[in-house]
Amino acid sequence: MFHLALKMLIGDKAKFLMLLGGLFFAALLMTQQCAVFIGLLGWTTSHLSNIRSKLWVVEARVEQVNELKPLRDTDVSRVRSVAGVAWAVPLYASVLQARLNDGNFKPILCIGLDSTSLVGRPATILKGRIEDIRLPNSVIIDDLALERLKPPDGESLDVGDSFEINDREARIVAICKSDRAFFGYPYVFTTYDQALQFAPRQRKMLSAVLAEPAPGMTAEATAARINASVPGMKAWTEDELYWATIVWYFKNTGIPFSFGTTIILGFIVGVAISGQTFYSFVLENLKNLGALKAMGASDLKLAGMLLLQVMSVGLLGYGLGMGAAASFGAVAAKKGQPPFMLPWELMGAVLVLILLICMGAALLAILKVRRLEAAVVFRG
Amino acid sequence: MPVPMPMKNSQLPSLNAGELAVHVTGITKAFGKGNASTLALKGADFEAQLGELQLIIGPSGCGKTTLLSVIAGTLVPDAGDVRVLGEMLTELGKGEVTDFRRRFIGFIFQQFNLIPTLNLTENASVPLLLNGAGRRKAEKAADEMLERVGLAGRGKHYPRQLSGGQQQRVAIARALVHDPRLIICDEPTSALDRETGHQVMELLQGVARQADRSVIVVTHDPRVYEFADRIAAMEDGRVLGNRPAAEALPEMAAHH
Ligand SMILES: Nc1ncnc2c1ncn2[C@@H]1O[C@H](COP(=O)(O)OP(=O)(O)OP(=O)(O)O)[C@@H](O)[C@H]1O
Ligand SMILES: [Mg+2]
Repeated sequence: MFHLALKMLIGDKAKFLMLLGGLFFAALLMTQQCAVFIGLLGWTTSHLSNIRSKLWVVEARVEQVNELKPLRDTDVSRVRSVAGVAWAVPLYASVLQARLNDGNFKPILCIGLDSTSLVGRPATILKGRIEDIRLPNSVIIDDLALERLKPPDGESLDVGDSFEINDREARIVAICKSDRAFFGYPYVFTTYDQALQFAPRQRKMLSAVLAEPAPGMTAEATAARINASVPGMKAWTEDELYWATIVWYFKNTGIPFSFGTTIILGFIVGVAISGQTFYSFVLENLKNLGALKAMGASDLKLAGMLLLQVMSVGLLGYGLGMGAAASFGAVAAKKGQPPFMLPWELMGAVLVLILLICMGAALLAILKVRRLEAAVVFRG
Repeated sequence: MPVPMPMKNSQLPSLNAGELAVHVTGITKAFGKGNASTLALKGADFEAQLGELQLIIGPSGCGKTTLLSVIAGTLVPDAGDVRVLGEMLTELGKGEVTDFRRRFIGFIFQQFNLIPTLNLTENASVPLLLNGAGRRKAEKAADEMLERVGLAGRGKHYPRQLSGGQQQRVAIARALVHDPRLIICDEPTSALDRETGHQVMELLQGVARQADRSVIVVTHDPRVYEFADRIAAMEDGRVLGNRPAAEALPEMAAHH
């Protein structure tokens, strides 16, 4: 009987397509918006993915990774001296202005790495050698910088080209890959000492201390030790700082609200279109359903048929929606924007929502069919 | 027109030899509430014999369809006893009545009520599927039944491709496919022309004449009287008389 239930629905092409379209649209909208949102949150934590360290020791009042408050140079040794710390190195991270050859200024994220260890260095070098970063006035720029720091009518930058940061020459020695930052500023890596020369002179210039737990110790345990013995600073594990940053953006920006609105809208549109369409499908088929009821189809059987009909369209719509969202993601990945990230948790959540919509639509129909008198079929 | 062949016996409720196919007494049924309510049945008594084609006739609005629905178990009366094929429907629960309908009753409706998006084989297989038969078996039986009603090889066609008479024959195939004991028809010929109405009635008559079946036909259509074994006349919510057609017909002819 269930194969006939499917045929009955698909046979009504207009309603079937409408229902499918509604669920497809809902799945696509919810997935795409959530994926962009998650991608955007990913952008807020780009420091953490571009500068890998198990422990980040920062000024005590810092709430998230994009607002590092300056520390003294000597703070590195305070961290280093804590038992349980294998090593600790300085990090400079700040927005500076790059002056291009045409005289224009562009903001960059200048990252200064410990020149001996190069801890926090970019994972992928596309061109050039990472070691050349130790040469005077040298920088490694990311692929985004290639495009961002290029003068409007000039040629694309390359290894060997230079620009200025704060009146100082910055010579490009390598090009790396990096995850994109929230404001879209390109990353420019250099050594810590060089970064201090690029940056305007201030009393406190250290942004963070990157540290490694001693062998056999967890990052959490080492962080706890640092926190107990170094006042005025706070040690975060990579994970803690990641979530603190995301929570911060949730609390302090309107981004979740605006995305939330669109996502809820997608849900409501899905509910409205599919609920309405399926209900009118059922209304139109009331006579047939009544005939089935007269012929001895139980309410349970009919409910099963209705559920199957709507669920199978739901799954189809979900699949198509996911496919479309993934294609959107592929295009976004190619173009570098908008941000897009489609983790399986999101796919699962959207599936649950779509099935909920379907269940709602089926429930309406089931209630209607339950109230239907089998005797209606005898009425002309 | 091929006439349905004798079919194997269904599983039966406790039905003794000589028992009535349908025996209802004192049925009342009101629709609506308060001042707006209509008393559609006012203490109707009715019986139908096994092996007969029983007609129910009467003016429009006299309660024929309502009575038929009560017999079929699709409508619960306000009062009265309904015994169908030896089973007291008024004493069964809703689910039990549904089961009973599914197993022992075949339905033929005035508007055919074939499902437009299903082909003929699929339409005719529905009662078997509802009774738990497998798809292959149900479709095979449906095709055989379509053949018996003169629609051999049309199984893949859709209802809209058929004439009214052909559609009603599909409905008959559907009503008979699960080998029911009682076939209930409301105005089966009113949407058909004389010739096809004739063919449909012949088919039903063939089914009714089997010893353990009964066919009840509600009709307005005098053209079908000649197929009846018995004719019950209704008026204003009551059954006035139920007589052998041989007795009733000459009298009715005299009236006209
Ligand atoms: N569901 C219903 N709600 C309200 N009134 C109803 C309902 N069904 C039947 N009636 C009323 O009950 C009475 C009997 O109706 P019924 O359909 O049984 O008559 P009928 O003899 O079959 O008429 P027809 O020959 O026109 O089909 C009529 O007055 C009708 O209006
Ligand atoms: Mg009627």
